[in-house]
Amino acid sequence: MESSALHSRAVGSSRVSACLRRTSSRALAASLLLPGAAAAEYKFNFPEPVTPIARETLHIHNEFMLIITILFVVVFAIMIYSMIKHRKSVGHAPSQFSGPSSAMQWFWALIPFAILLFIDFVLMGIPAVQAIISMEDTKTRADMVLKVTGMQWKWQYEYPEAGIKFISTMSTPRAQIANAEAKGEHYLLEVDKPVVLPVGKKVRILLTSTDVIHTWWVPQFGVKRDAIPGFLRETWVLIEKPGIYRGQCAELCGKDHGFMPVVVHAVPEPEYLAWVEQQKAEAVATAGSADRAWSSEELIAEGKAVYDKVCVACHQDQGQGVPPVFPALAGSKIVAGPLLDMNGRIIPDSHVDRVVNGKAGTAMQAFRETLSDVELAAVITYERNSFGNKVGDMIQPAQIKALRQEAK
Amino acid sequence: MKTTTDHAHSTAHYFVPEPSLYPVILSAGMFLLALGFIQMLNDFGAGSWVMLAGTAVILTVLFAWFGKVIGESQSGAYRDWEDRSFRHGMIWFISTEVMFFAAFFGALFYVRVLSVPTLGGMEAAHGFSLWPEFAGTWPTSGPGGAPFTPMGAWGIPALNTALLLSSGATITWAHWGLLRDNRRQLILGLAATVLLGVVFLGFQAWEYHHAYTELGLTMGAGAYGATFFMLTGFHGFHVTLGTIMLAVILLRSISGHFTAKRHFAFEGVAWYWHFVDVVWLILFVFVYWV
Amino acid sequence: MNTATTANGHPAPHGAGHYGGVLRWLTTTNHKDIGTMYLTFSLLMFFVGGSMILAVRAELFSPGLQLMQPEFFNQLVGVHALVMIFAALMPAATGFANWMLPLMIGAPDMALPRLNNWGFWLLPPAALLLTLPFFLALFGIGDGALATGWTFYAPLSVQGGMGVDFAILAVHIFGISSIMGSINVIVTIFNMRAPGMTLMKMPLFAWGWLITAFLLLATLPVLAGAVTMLLTDRHFGTQFFDAAGGGDPILFQHLFWFFGHPEVYILLLPVWGLMPHVLATFSRKPAYGYKAQVYSFIAIGVLSLVVWAHHFFTAGLPVPALIYFMFSTMAISIPLAVLFFCWIATMWKGAMTFETPMLFAVGFIVLFGIAGLTGLILADVAADAQYHHSYFVVAHFHYALFTGGIMGVMTGVYYWLPKWTGHMYSEKLGKLHFWLTVFSFNLTFMPQFFLGLAGMPRRIPDYALQFAEFNAISSVGAMILGVSQLLFAWNIWSCIRGGEKAEARVWEGADGLEWELPSPPPHHSWETQPVIK
Repeated sequence: MESSALHSRAVGSSRVSACLRRTSSRALAASLLLPGAAAAEYKFNFPEPVTPIARETLHIHNEFMLIITILFVVVFAIMIYSMIKHRKSVGHAPSQFSGPSSAMQWFWALIPFAILLFIDFVLMGIPAVQAIISMEDTKTRADMVLKVTGMQWKWQYEYPEAGIKFISTMSTPRAQIANAEAKGEHYLLEVDKPVVLPVGKKVRILLTSTDVIHTWWVPQFGVKRDAIPGFLRETWVLIEKPGIYRGQCAELCGKDHGFMPVVVHAVPEPEYLAWVEQQKAEAVATAGSADRAWSSEELIAEGKAVYDKVCVACHQDQGQGVPPVFPALAGSKIVAGPLLDMNGRIIPDSHVDRVVNGKAGTAMQAFRETLSDVELAAVITYERNSFGNKVGDMIQPAQIKALRQEAK
Repeated sequence: MKTTTDHAHSTAHYFVPEPSLYPVILSAGMFLLALGFIQMLNDFGAGSWVMLAGTAVILTVLFAWFGKVIGESQSGAYRDWEDRSFRHGMIWFISTEVMFFAAFFGALFYVRVLSVPTLGGMEAAHGFSLWPEFAGTWPTSGPGGAPFTPMGAWGIPALNTALLLSSGATITWAHWGLLRDNRRQLILGLAATVLLGVVFLGFQAWEYHHAYTELGLTMGAGAYGATFFMLTGFHGFHVTLGTIMLAVILLRSISGHFTAKRHFAFEGVAWYWHFVDVVWLILFVFVYWV
Repeated sequence: MNTATTANGHPAPHGAGHYGGVLRWLTTTNHKDIGTMYLTFSLLMFFVGGSMILAVRAELFSPGLQLMQPEFFNQLVGVHALVMIFAALMPAATGFANWMLPLMIGAPDMALPRLNNWGFWLLPPAALLLTLPFFLALFGIGDGALATGWTFYAPLSVQGGMGVDFAILAVHIFGISSIMGSINVIVTIFNMRAPGMTLMKMPLFAWGWLITAFLLLATLPVLAGAVTMLLTDRHFGTQFFDAAGGGDPILFQHLFWFFGHPEVYILLLPVWGLMPHVLATFSRKPAYGYKAQVYSFIAIGVLSLVVWAHHFFTAGLPVPALIYFMFSTMAISIPLAVLFFCWIATMWKGAMTFETPMLFAVGFIVLFGIAGLTGLILADVAADAQYHHSYFVVAHFHYALFTGGIMGVMTGVYYWLPKWTGHMYSEKLGKLHFWLTVFSFNLTFMPQFFLGLAGMPRRIPDYALQFAEFNAISSVGAMILGVSQLLFAWNIWSCIRGGEKAEARVWEGADGLEWELPSPPPHHSWETQPVIK
């Protein structure tokens, strides 16, 4: 009785979860065993592939799943047969053999390993090597470059050829995470500004990071690559179907690791080109606005928008921070300190210095490369005049621009 | 496997020491040392005092524990069987030490062969570079590092190599003396070895001072500074331990311990010293020379 | 338990319980006492590490943050792993070695008894260091424990708070403890075997442990070196893992996994060594393929040292490196398959009975089979791009380490408990424990395979809505799994307290020197060694 119970356990160890999900075990078996049928039920398999690599990966996965399932069933069928037949309670007398003794026995004993060698190095090995070579070939016939920079806890996308650069942060409201609001359909997988890519073009992706290691992952692309600070890594995608594709950072990168999604809009090429033109026009408008004088109300309003996007994860919505790791801005001595020195230069360890140059060895990064002049001026002004801070002064985008030129 | 036991049993008895409080106190001392160190690094509580207390406990226990072992050894508790255990134990201990240094040498080779050239060759590999100014040549303090002068091989380091090699010879000479029951040769040889070790450490200290004050070569000098100080520093730490061990052996020799037949402690220390010696040779070649 | 005479009637010359009460345990140099302490500590830490992850699974029961903030979540995940590996599994294996090796190879004790005691007593301080920052944070000191995951990846760990320093020092002390334990095992095996017991006549358990000990000696110092570099990067201005200084964060991963991959086999090899004993005993038949198993242990030990980079295939390694690490990793499946073959061949044509240890052994073989097979496909670089950093990996290594490690240890505990205590445990409770464990283990981890395939990354405190159902199932499974382990503790406790008297040869089919001693064996056994023909 024990062994028959064990039998069902062994062959159906995957069945438990399936039964509990009230999904028929047939669907599960089908998704595991039959590459063709697998396309129907993605709950138990990879999501629908939309790039050549993802299709290849799914194919390899299905094939290997089939192989290992067969191995599993065959090996344990033999074992279970033995457990039923060779029991003391059925009166089986134990043999005393302890290893292959004749040439014939050696032959039979070695057959399974020959099969395994074949599976490892031929059946699985050869397609795998081909797949690796195609995955790593980022440069052949690449149509465009996308530079992806991971930073705690958002992604920056840059189109070097078009001169576009922006930050993409999660747009799911914190209230949804705290269960204070109903969760939306794309909970945690939605961003304020998705990256837009043309369909049918080979996009070479360059990855790096400004702080810790992040991993850029979109499951439907079959692409997962680490973004390593100070180094460049490459991968590529060729999206075959227009749509919105969602993924996440896959390497633990600190507190908000779970909250830095990747959202890609894949659009037909004309639509993509129109989007590029629009982005360029916006960039020109923004650059121009750095030269005019801003009122403190304008700066504070713009600063709040920047703060809620970039700073709030650590310093929190009321500027209270999470001491001691993430210091409070409310009542902070650094924020309350002087803005610039008498010659209009940055004072070391001052508020402006922290925001522009960051603090080495902490999560406080240098924002000079990631935020524009307007954004820097706005967020500094906002922080100095919010959360109960009443410094009352402001810094103009033009001043930031001057500081930048000076630094060069 | 079928085991068959015989009615005739072997007659040897193995020395199992009586229960001892030393290990648990030693562990407590190490806890204090570690805790104090963390406190010091993170500025909370009286870290240095906790460290001091931990060190005092550790030193006291080690003094008592080794004293106990020496006492057992002198009273003849250890015979061939126990002696073999100590020899095996020492050999495997030195083996793990080899792997400890292998980690740092691995880091050195990695930065020299992989990471520095990669950082320098980014433009060629990707058409973009995060460090456009950086050439990727060794020695370097990295693309963001300050300039420094690397340590030359043919001054103090070459002299130190000669010192350590001679100390390997003197300890072997002392061993020959012990084997031939020539106590004078034993003591002279050991004393010379201790002296060479101390002079080596003196030079090393002087070299560090020179590096910090004149060459701009500090632990913060990028990959070169980090690997230089990590490797020479841990080696120097091992030389210090080795010298202390040699000094203990010297004192024991003066007190008439060890016989031509039984002197595991002497040999264990000698092996350790040769190990430190070999590490230095590799270090001299890859850190200072090429 | 303090019998003053040995099995052979000789008076015990020294060491027999000079102290009573707590002092006995603090000072003991006796391998059985030290083994008992290792095993007790391990069981305790198993529950500590388990509670941490139950809190995590409770948080993951439904989307949204309910119980904790992400910082605390990250701390629990990382410390759970370190506790389970360094404070629960490794000490359990060392406890087995201490208790059983001398009995099985006919040695009077471990070769270096005082060092043996030190090896154990390093564990509590290390575990304390690891968990102390949780408590310090309650008093406003520091920001809690290590929050980088157990892998300490730089630069996240360079950026992290005081908890990282505590974890680094804890790992150092755990490391020293394991090295002391390993040296002791190696010396005991090489120098203390009964006359006539050649290496190739030695019990397979000793072989499994011997390879484990060598792996520990080879890899723990590298981990110590890696975390030392991390410490100097954090506090002394070095730049081993900082590109700005010419270093590389991936260097840390190389060093860490040079230790981390063999570590998997360090946890598994003692269990693999134990399996043939259990299977042979309950099949009433000699273990199949002794030599094949020994050579497989050696082959796996060697291979495990040269495959480490498959733990970071997505980090962007050069193509030749990817191909090399893929094939070397796949190669491990060959000696591993030899072991499976030998295990099943040992059962083949035996006269099997299914007492609790045998149930655990068979459960181990089946579930560990899933770990091995999914490991085979994880080795494939192309498919790995999809599995990596996802719950698929989490499920895979829990199939490897929960079944291969923890269920293996439970096999050993049930198998040897009557020998240690002199009493039989409750078979009924043992079997209930087995079935609950296997059921809830699969309920917990099988859904995680699907979560990974569907795209859920590891180590996230909150997840998108499409992952909700499987996470809920997994959390329910984890709670049952956690609570079921109380049966295990209760069974052990009652067995120590009393029960049916166990014979010297506890199991009908048991063979080996350890079964020639009474149950429990006298405080000092094999003081005069048996001679093996």
